Amino acid sequence: MTSSTQQAALDQEHDHGHHGPATGIKRWLFTTNHKDIGSLYLLFSLLMFLIGGGMAMVIRAELFQPGLQLVDPHFFNQMTTVHGLIMVFGAVMPAFTGLANWMVPMMIGAPDMALPRMNNWSFWILPFAFLILLASLFMEGGGPAFGWTFYAPLSTTYSNDNTALFVFAVHIMGVSSIMGAINVIVTIVNMRAPGMTWMKLPLFVWTWLITAFLLIAVMPVLAGAVTMVLTDKYFGTSFFDAAGGGDPVMFQHIFWFFGHPEVYIMILPAFGVISTIVPTFSRKKLFGYASMVYATSSIALLSFIVWAHHMFTTGMPLAGELFFMYATMLISVPTGVKVFNWVATMWRGSISFEVPMLFAIAFIVLFTLGGFSGLMLAITPADFQYHDTYFVVAHFHYVLVTGAVFSIMAAAYYWLPKWTGYMYSETLAKWHFWLSLISVNILFFPMHFVGLAGMPRRIPDYALQFADFNALISIGGFAFGLSQLLFVAVVFKCIAGGQRAPAKVWDGAEGLEWEVASPAPYHTFSTPPEVK
Amino acid sequence: MHTPLLRKLVLLVLGMFAFAFALVPLYDVFCDITGLNGKVELTAAEASEEQDLARLVDVSFTTHTQGQAPFKVKAATYQVTVTPGTLTEVNFTAENLSGEARIMQAIPSVSPGMAAKYLHKLACFCFDQQSMQARQKMSFTLRFYVDTELPNDIAELTLAYTLYDITDRNAAAYDALLNPAKHSRHSAAGKDYAQSIQAAVYQQIRGISHG
Repeated sequence: MTSSTQQAALDQEHDHGHHGPATGIKRWLFTTNHKDIGSLYLLFSLLMFLIGGGMAMVIRAELFQPGLQLVDPHFFNQMTTVHGLIMVFGAVMPAFTGLANWMVPMMIGAPDMALPRMNNWSFWILPFAFLILLASLFMEGGGPAFGWTFYAPLSTTYSNDNTALFVFAVHIMGVSSIMGAINVIVTIVNMRAPGMTWMKLPLFVWTWLITAFLLIAVMPVLAGAVTMVLTDKYFGTSFFDAAGGGDPVMFQHIFWFFGHPEVYIMILPAFGVISTIVPTFSRKKLFGYASMVYATSSIALLSFIVWAHHMFTTGMPLAGELFFMYATMLISVPTGVKVFNWVATMWRGSISFEVPMLFAIAFIVLFTLGGFSGLMLAITPADFQYHDTYFVVAHFHYVLVTGAVFSIMAAAYYWLPKWTGYMYSETLAKWHFWLSLISVNILFFPMHFVGLAGMPRRIPDYALQFADFNALISIGGFAFGLSQLLFVAVVFKCIAGGQRAPAKVWDGAEGLEWEVASPAPYHTFSTPPEVK
Repeated sequence: MHTPLLRKLVLLVLGMFAFAFALVPLYDVFCDITGLNGKVELTAAEASEEQDLARLVDVSFTTHTQGQAPFKVKAATYQVTVTPGTLTEVNFTAENLSGEARIMQAIPSVSPGMAAKYLHKLACFCFDQQSMQARQKMSFTLRFYVDTELPNDIAELTLAYTLYDITDRNAAAYDALLNPAKHSRHSAAGKDYAQSIQAAVYQQIRGISHG
């Protein structure tokens, strides 16, 4: 090598080392940096959480009293539908993708995601998907009103002309999460630091790897289902129309073939977060690392053979109902392994109760409660009674709000000092936790009772005997909604400044992300670390 | 470095997208074999070679219209008692209640669903689309038998027809495609063509699911 090229190479290295973010809006539009994209995902998800939450407030305001007060039933249906779509595809999934973007490369000692340009795309198409979906609410005839499950024929024969907007929005969300998933897999498989063997991967990385495979397996099926709805509605096919030889029940089979793995897509990364946080604040190694990996894989595999437990009342033969009942119950075994491992990790640990740990413990207790009501729903004969009641609403909000959302909050508090370089306000965060914990239970626990007593879901009115509980639920709902504004305040206060955070924010924390400074430099692990 | 893995993952995505559509014929085949969803063959069966005169099975008939379909179809007898394997005929009267020509498609369904594959029809108005003039009355004959293999725990079954008005099905789709701004369901231009593609698409769909 001549001295001039050597010099050029050195210059380049020099440039690279000091290459910081571009300035202004261009930094965010054109960024290929995993930390920037992670932040974009997280902030977008926070925005969607607030919008979807606003819709929940409309629902709870209407249900505060029996009778029709504030909104007309058609608008109420749009609120339940879009609330579900936004929370699933706009809040929970992008939040986990954001966490993966920020943390996976740092945890495995990689300099960035494997496919940074695709990473930029997978985020930046997302706002358009939700713009289309939200815009449809303002069109003549309104937005989607057939439930987030868009069962045919509600979404085909009985939906309005704006259904195409819903379909394209879901297509874009699907493409976005498939690209995100591909990126995560390629990063984890190809870019682990030397010495980072499979069984040394942090559990958050393991759970995300499995989640990414689930995404790749089922998001295309969702895309297929919405495409069939599109052609049935606009192009005269009869996939779900009996008049043309189709079958509306088949819609439910295809949808739930996607839908059940989808609920694990929303909870497996949560398991990873909790498995990271609990050892830190228990100051012990995670109990049963290998069993955690196998349990996560088993849950993922089982998720493909349980879909019809959402459809017990469609008239399945007894053998089918028994199969899906037992297969569903089987999932509680690996899930139980996880819960017991977390508890065993805390056992005789020297536990301290910082806010991430508080959310993690609340997760373990309340997610397990949601799991139990899931077991009740899995019992076929009982499900005939519970089907489409508020009991189901209680169940999936326990696993998704006190499960997935609480784990996201735990993760945010856990890594916020690493992201911003500042400590958040512990006092405000504790207020946020306790207000959320109390209000979320006032919000969702009584739903079990009104559900068992027969109150149907997705109806803007109800029988008088449910009035007191519904007023209580609504009060819990408003309190939970307002409490989340505290979270917004904590996050933005922490971004603005505060007490400087050290590189290793929590004394019990382990992992490569704590070996870099706080805030994490724009480029980390340009030279891979040695993992022993 | 990443290309080989990337290629495999993209193939997996495309494969799963195709799988979603493959589920449609798979579903039909699965239901055909197991007879799970009460779907009945829309093609004529052969007469039975066996009879089981020792057993009696009640077969009831119901019809209902889907949405605003302007048809009335009624079986001459509400219920017949048959012996498995014996060919039975039931007369149906149909009427177009509207003042214009309509096309009717009847879709049969058997309850309990498990009995669907044991009910064989040799002639049925549901095998074809029925064009009916304004206020026209027609009579149809259903010829069927119950299979001797019918499980012993099934002593009665119901054959339910859902009546669909399929006159506008594809005309409407065609119209929406060409004139998205116009919401008229009866565009004069293109209606003939629309009906011809309707017939073609319809035949194709039936070919796929019941071929």
